[in-house]
Amino acid sequence: MSILVDIEKKLGDFHLDVRFEAGDEVLALLGASGCGKSMTLKCIAGIEKPDRGRIVVDGVTLFDSEKRINLTPQQRRTGLLFQNYALFPNMTVLQNIRAGAKREQGKAAQAKAVDTVMERFGLTELAGHYPNQLSGGQQQRTALARLLVSSPRILLLDEPFSALDSHLRFRLEEEVRQVIRSFGKTVLLVSHDRDEVFRMSHRIAVMDKGRIDTIGSRKAVFSDPQTRSGAVLTGCKNISAIRYEENGMVWAADWGIRLKVPLLPRDTTAIGIRMHSIRQGSGANCFRCHVEEEIENPFSYTIMLLPLDARGGVPIGWELGKEEWERIRAEEVEICLPPEAILALHN
Amino acid sequence: MDWFPLYNSIRIALISTVIIFFVGIFAAYYIAKTPRLVKGVLDVILTLPLVLPPTVVGYLLLRLFGPKRIIGAWFWDHFGIRLTMNWWSAIFATTVVIFPLMYRTARGAFEAFDETLAYSAKSLGLRNSYIFWRIRIPCCRQGILAGTVLSFARALGEYGATNMICGYTPGRTATISTTVYQLWRTNEDSLAFKWVLLNLAISFVVLQAVNLLEKRNTAPRRKEAE
Repeated sequence: MSILVDIEKKLGDFHLDVRFEAGDEVLALLGASGCGKSMTLKCIAGIEKPDRGRIVVDGVTLFDSEKRINLTPQQRRTGLLFQNYALFPNMTVLQNIRAGAKREQGKAAQAKAVDTVMERFGLTELAGHYPNQLSGGQQQRTALARLLVSSPRILLLDEPFSALDSHLRFRLEEEVRQVIRSFGKTVLLVSHDRDEVFRMSHRIAVMDKGRIDTIGSRKAVFSDPQTRSGAVLTGCKNISAIRYEENGMVWAADWGIRLKVPLLPRDTTAIGIRMHSIRQGSGANCFRCHVEEEIENPFSYTIMLLPLDARGGVPIGWELGKEEWERIRAEEVEICLPPEAILALHN
Repeated sequence: MDWFPLYNSIRIALISTVIIFFVGIFAAYYIAKTPRLVKGVLDVILTLPLVLPPTVVGYLLLRLFGPKRIIGAWFWDHFGIRLTMNWWSAIFATTVVIFPLMYRTARGAFEAFDETLAYSAKSLGLRNSYIFWRIRIPCCRQGILAGTVLSFARALGEYGATNMICGYTPGRTATISTTVYQLWRTNEDSLAFKWVLLNLAISFVVLQAVNLLEKRNTAPRRKEAE
């Protein structure tokens, strides 16, 4: 295992209690703002001190409250990339990268390392520019070059794309993916963006209120988020609390309908269904619904539906292709919630 | 015209500005990191000289440095040095009076500093002293420079506390401000007026310098690329 984190930290009402391990892979910490994901990164980097616990990277103990080990951020060599890149504004691109380069091996080796990394990121021409003269993409490349030349044990990326316009984002993601691939060691990515997380990482840890709710391969987390917060974070819009009834049926309280469900885990308190998993048709788990609202997206429609005989107040969202909706568009439609597409969730 | 007061004023102002440059910056840096309650109390105490009448500052200084007071007597007994009535005694007065100016502007600059720069510098392995002198100070330089220039200007114009602690002795402790008062008192109006004009000119230049520094700070510099 390349990283082992097991830490606790209390901050007023907030209680961070995180435990995970990761190998040479990209592990994403997915969570809403304030869930403690950035705090976790800061604890690993040595900017914040956990109250209790242990952090080990590449066999080196960075923090151990029992053995009273607490390395300085400088000794930890964790490559931390901030959302705003944190380039030193008073230094040129060259000086910024040189500041990251190790001095131990001597001046010549340092200069060579700087030249190599600048060439690799196409920054040679921009050597004399100041950060405020660079575009967002150039800033990111400078920050990545500075980070890699410091030969970190691990990469910590804190919301690396959230400051960018969406069209730039896609291209810069590709650059970061390349860096990650050639880095070959553990990368922790902190983000609240499910699409970004899905594209960039091997495994995902869903965080909520200072704890990791679910951890697993990206596909597993998206197909079975297990918790309500995990479902929300992976983009499930239809969630309802449930009450068990006889013969394998549940009462979905928020929607006011009775559903047939597969065998649910014992601690299930809610169910969810993704908007695109809903089908048109009749039979089991099918309901005649009134169309409350029709929302047009760039490439699809989201239809908000209320079951006709429902006594609940929360409409169910259904997402379907433009052509399909234009073919069946009506005041009332019959939809099905396929039992196999229902997500069992606990709190 | 005897130029001693100009020379004396400038040397007092320069020395006290250099002292306060370091003291003010370090006070600002360390106080900005203290908890809120401590910060509030220290802030009030350290800003006090800004609002107290200079005569009150002078009085308090005499209570400490006067020949028969604790510090003054100690220096006299051990080194035979009298702390008042020398040209350099004025430095005590000016440093106390200008400290809040430097402290407050430097603290404002430090509080506006983006702490993520320090975090990422640390995780790149840069030493704390390097971060302080090569990143934090340069990033805050406009605020610090403005504070320095303001402090210098205020030190140059200090009258009340200076007059109480080192008096007016022509050729020894006279500064521009004490000279103007003395000349006016002895009815040498035209000479007093010359000093007044000189003082106005210096203040004008200094304030213009502060304005230029602040303008450079706010001027849009971002070049849109891509």
